[in-house]
Amino acid sequence: MATIQLQQVEKKFGDVYAVQPMDLTIQDGEFVVLLGPSGCGKTTTLRMISGLEAVSSGQILLNGRDVTWAHPSDRDIAFVFQFFALYPHLSVWQNIAFPLQAQGESGADVEKRVAEVAALLRIEHLLRLRPGALSGGDQQRIALARALVRRPAAFLMDEPLGALDAELRETMRAEIKRLHIDQHATTVYVTHDQIEAMAMGDRIVVMSNAVVQQVGTPADVYHRPHNLFVARFIGSPGMNLLSGDYADGIIALPGGNRYPVPEAWDRALRARLGQAGRVIVGFRPEAARIGGGGTLTATVYAADMHGGYTMLHLSLDGEDGEMVHARASRQEHFKIGEVVRFDLHPDMVRFFDAQTEVALEEVR
Amino acid sequence: MLKHEAQAPPAPAARPANRRQISDRTLSQLFIWPTLILLIIINIFPLFYSLFLSFTNYSAIANRPPEWIGFTNFDRLLNSSDIWGYFSLTGRYALISVGLQTVIGFGLALLLRKKFRGSGIVTTLILIPMMLSPVVVGLFWKLMFNPAYGIFNYLVGFTNPVTAPDWLASPSLALWAIIIVDVWMWSPFVMLLCLSGLSAIPDYLYEAAAIDRASAWFQFRRITLPQVAPLLLIAVLFRTIEAFKAFDLVMGLTGGGPGNATQMISVEIYSQAFLGQFRTGRASALAYIVLVIIIAVSNVYIRTLNKVREG
Repeated sequence: MATIQLQQVEKKFGDVYAVQPMDLTIQDGEFVVLLGPSGCGKTTTLRMISGLEAVSSGQILLNGRDVTWAHPSDRDIAFVFQFFALYPHLSVWQNIAFPLQAQGESGADVEKRVAEVAALLRIEHLLRLRPGALSGGDQQRIALARALVRRPAAFLMDEPLGALDAELRETMRAEIKRLHIDQHATTVYVTHDQIEAMAMGDRIVVMSNAVVQQVGTPADVYHRPHNLFVARFIGSPGMNLLSGDYADGIIALPGGNRYPVPEAWDRALRARLGQAGRVIVGFRPEAARIGGGGTLTATVYAADMHGGYTMLHLSLDGEDGEMVHARASRQEHFKIGEVVRFDLHPDMVRFFDAQTEVALEEVR
Repeated sequence: MLKHEAQAPPAPAARPANRRQISDRTLSQLFIWPTLILLIIINIFPLFYSLFLSFTNYSAIANRPPEWIGFTNFDRLLNSSDIWGYFSLTGRYALISVGLQTVIGFGLALLLRKKFRGSGIVTTLILIPMMLSPVVVGLFWKLMFNPAYGIFNYLVGFTNPVTAPDWLASPSLALWAIIIVDVWMWSPFVMLLCLSGLSAIPDYLYEAAAIDRASAWFQFRRITLPQVAPLLLIAVLFRTIEAFKAFDLVMGLTGGGPGNATQMISVEIYSQAFLGQFRTGRASALAYIVLVIIIAVSNVYIRTLNKVREG
């Protein structure tokens, strides 16, 4: 098992940063997800940890040992590729045995460990087939088996479910999570799917434009996004973000709405803005409390039934004003055009600096 | 072209009755038949005529019609120790020559696999021998092998013309001289096929192997070799067939000599057919024996190839 430390690790292609200098410590047994839109540098980061990509500067430590310039084979890490990267000319059994045979393990030992891993992933019936004859899900199981059989210090997974269809992803997601719990192995997992990240990660590293935007638990990045990018990127739909003018404990929002700032936040806003200034209010759809009055008014633009709940699209400012999303229970019914009043849960509202787009901290 | 067609006026619905019409089928036949006739005259007819001749006593210069003698030609040939000697010589030549070409060609391909500055021009230069005519190659290697003024001895270190070996006149060296030239000429062909095989191996397999902690040798043995094997086998198949038919190079270099030291089987067919008594019938029989052997060897290769492909 292993801890992985990145110290000021960066990657440049020419003059362009693929990854800006980043620090990250991944604890032993932790499941860390690198999350971001495509091209944000998450896969490059993973490949640098694996040694498949050379760093431009900075250091990578594995269990305290500097492996920055070590060959991938000297790092004792396993890598699961997005498109499986199975050896097409070898049988499933030979694919799984490959890392053991490459190390010159004895025949009996190889037999035993391949059998163990095959049993763990329930792929015993596939061992004599070629990868080309298998479904995507089975191919990914083989790739996982090949990674597991070596008992590496850490697992690196590059969008392992990206090539699978939706239903299979759910199943495989659960299998990988289960494997992690069983093996308790340090895992770094790259995905662009925030639902996957929320579901699997102990911690999430949100990246965008080669920069780490936030490192935190799923609850952290969801409830306390560090900046507007994270607020928008996490959640579907993302956080509602309304720009308003703050003055004396009240924020003037579109549609003539006046939002009284909760006390703990008021001190923070006053410290940042003084008496008055521009600020961005953020809240998740479930932070809106509809019905039973409230300080904010909006018109129902559309109401989507999502099964377990109803998602309301509310227009703050007449018919085509600024939209916010609010979650209501499925028992309630709303007519289009109906005027609703709602309030924001004081613990679930966030404030962002309008210039820097960085979240403000509460002052208690 | 397309534009031109688009602007052309629409064809009239009914064509003038007096215009002769050629259907597509007739047209295609008109194109095919000249070629077919040529093929029949220079390939198909000789094939069957020589099969007929192989069962006859016939000489192209004797003013006598072929005389049917059944299997006598085959009987004599297959019981002749000389013929078996030429076969074994040809086999030895094919084995050594193709073996060396495979190793050298594959080696060159591995070296040229990674692109470097000027790798394109280097590859092209290496391919040049393959594009030359074997007769020309034979002639100028004959000059290079010359013990008095040839450059070959000088290059391999025999700088004294008096003690230097005469490659083409020495019974023990003549075969090796032909092998050297054949390897020089045809290793590039093996290299070309191997290069295309190597370039088709995806990089991610090597990334996976690096992650799986495979040594360079293990990667070569378990990934590179099996992935290139189908193309390598095709190269070996082509070269083996060619080596069994070795004729032009041998004629250019030694003409089968000294003595019978390089009398390959094709050279023997030539000698039977066009030297001395012009034994056309017996030469045809020998040619058919060689044909059967080549078909048999090719079949073995093709089976192996299919096995490698299917695994």
